Amino acid sequence: MTETTRPGTGFSRVKVDAFEDVPEEPGSPKPDPILVADGITRRFGGLTAVDVDHIEFQRGVITGLIGPNGAGKTTLFNLLTGFDKPNTGVWRFDGREVRGVSAHKVAKMGMVRTFQLTKALSRLTVMDNMKLGASGQVGEKFFSSLIPPRWRAQETANEAKAEALLERFNLTHMAGEFAGSLSGGQRKLLEMARALMVDPQLVMLDEPMAGVNPALAQSIVGHVQDLAAEGLTVVFVEHDMDVVRTISDWVVVMAEGRVIAEGRHSSIVADSRVIDAYLGRHHGTPITEADEAQILAEAQAEIEAEERAREEEGA
Amino acid sequence: MNWENIFSNALESAIGRDAMVYALAAVGLNLHFGYTGLLNFGQVGFMAVGAYGVGISVIEFGWPLWAGVLVGIVAATMLALVLGVPTLRLRADYLAIVTIAAGEILRFIFRAAEFRDFTGGSNGINGFAGDFNDANPFSNGQYGFWIVKFSETQIWVLTVGWTLVLLSVLLIWALVRSPWGRVLKAIREDEDAVRALGKNVYAYKMQSLIVGGVIGSFAGMMLALSAGSVQPDNYGTATTFFAYVCLLLGGAATIWGPVVGSMLFWLIMSFTENMLRQAVDNDYIPDSIMTGTQVGQVRFMLVGLLLVLLMVFRPQGIFGDRREIAMTTR
Repeated sequence: MTETTRPGTGFSRVKVDAFEDVPEEPGSPKPDPILVADGITRRFGGLTAVDVDHIEFQRGVITGLIGPNGAGKTTLFNLLTGFDKPNTGVWRFDGREVRGVSAHKVAKMGMVRTFQLTKALSRLTVMDNMKLGASGQVGEKFFSSLIPPRWRAQETANEAKAEALLERFNLTHMAGEFAGSLSGGQRKLLEMARALMVDPQLVMLDEPMAGVNPALAQSIVGHVQDLAAEGLTVVFVEHDMDVVRTISDWVVVMAEGRVIAEGRHSSIVADSRVIDAYLGRHHGTPITEADEAQILAEAQAEIEAEERAREEEGA
Repeated sequence: MNWENIFSNALESAIGRDAMVYALAAVGLNLHFGYTGLLNFGQVGFMAVGAYGVGISVIEFGWPLWAGVLVGIVAATMLALVLGVPTLRLRADYLAIVTIAAGEILRFIFRAAEFRDFTGGSNGINGFAGDFNDANPFSNGQYGFWIVKFSETQIWVLTVGWTLVLLSVLLIWALVRSPWGRVLKAIREDEDAVRALGKNVYAYKMQSLIVGGVIGSFAGMMLALSAGSVQPDNYGTATTFFAYVCLLLGGAATIWGPVVGSMLFWLIMSFTENMLRQAVDNDYIPDSIMTGTQVGQVRFMLVGLLLVLLMVFRPQGIFGDRREIAMTTR
């Protein structure tokens, strides 16, 4: 059982209990999944970046997606949000088919992402960054935009909403500044706040704490927890295991494109497959000559198999 | 040295036909490049379809001028669609390559002997400004102020042209202060971020390309109507780059930048040329250094030098905000 440090408990209790009957196995079914993906593969030439048989993300909780560098976490994010197209696979968001839907429509459906390399719109003010996020704006239509009375009221409402969010993310004092003048951590905050302007059901945060100083990272942790407390579903990629332990209700581990383990944080860290993925199979025990010979033989066999396959392809 | 002559020529250029035409072209480019970040290197293509749209409609089909203008607008819209559909989904540099090529392809089509019946080949089309000149309310005489003088035909062209400039500037101003304009500016900064917020980036880029292109086509129409003729070789790639110079000189992504930039560019062009020419004629510059036939080239060197200095000391242009340039966009 994970220790949740979330404020306003009682709520969190219920949610964590959602996983009571869920087996801690890759691809395990969840009681109320918001996002279900099947048979997703993405190949870049000979490299299979993502190869996920089945995965479900539970609604209303915080799911951490972890894995060593190159595990395919960001690629999976790109695929699920329509920023990249998979070679195979189908997935459903909130019961609706998402495969082949373009990225902006995915966002409109309520699945909004942030980026690993923060995308603050530098030469727009922080307030404009925020107002851009609001959906269904009349003034964003070409002809309506020329008639201010048609969009002014909505603009004022969006501004009020943006102000409230900026207040919550401690960015009020920067509202009039160019987003390009924000620090790295403030940009992460801005990106999260901006994503909330869309009124999403599911936010997918790609490394929300990367390159942020510890104090600000702590505040981002708090914000992520607040999102879930409001009933949003959060999926996030993170490398800092302390953060993952603190805020995840559920953890999904990827390695070499596959989901290799799922479960509560406590069981994940004890899972031998996860330890192998992070530290290599032979960590802790010195490699004996016999092992070495076996590894070499395996590698040799692999190379031969590949060559054979190539010859067959060529023939 | 006849300084009055030099200054009156320079001032006339600053508000003259070329300044007006390039102001229109640059205002269109400003929406593309300044606000949306679209690298359109084929603005001249939009000018050409505007000019030929009027020319062919009036001379070959015998249509009235207003129908020709409409044809020019439709042609510019079609060109934007043809250029945009395949390239706007791709990275920005693809649009640059395709547009610069499209501009040249259009020029070659217009000057091709095969289409001489329609386009007049390399001679172009002449004599279609009848309707336009008939509408001239100015009676014979000279118009102007102080040392600036224009003929009645010139002043009519300038009145219509600068009115169009004013209207297009007004349109751009209204657009970019709206939420629509905010989306464009955001696309310029990072289109993936905009996509992630649920905006159809492709549609916005297309709208921007069409609006800026149509404004560009008005530049072509005014150039053609001012002389009552359209010559294919007036629509080479250099025209696009002059328009870019005007835009950067005044400041991209500013409301008045492209207009003032264009006026300043043609003022400098005229001033340097006339000054050099008179200096050579009066032997202030000996033939061993420069002859009269070299004035044209040396003039461009001086203008180039000025532009380099501008980029070094004022990279944001005249109206630009230095803080914006200092900001890394990515």
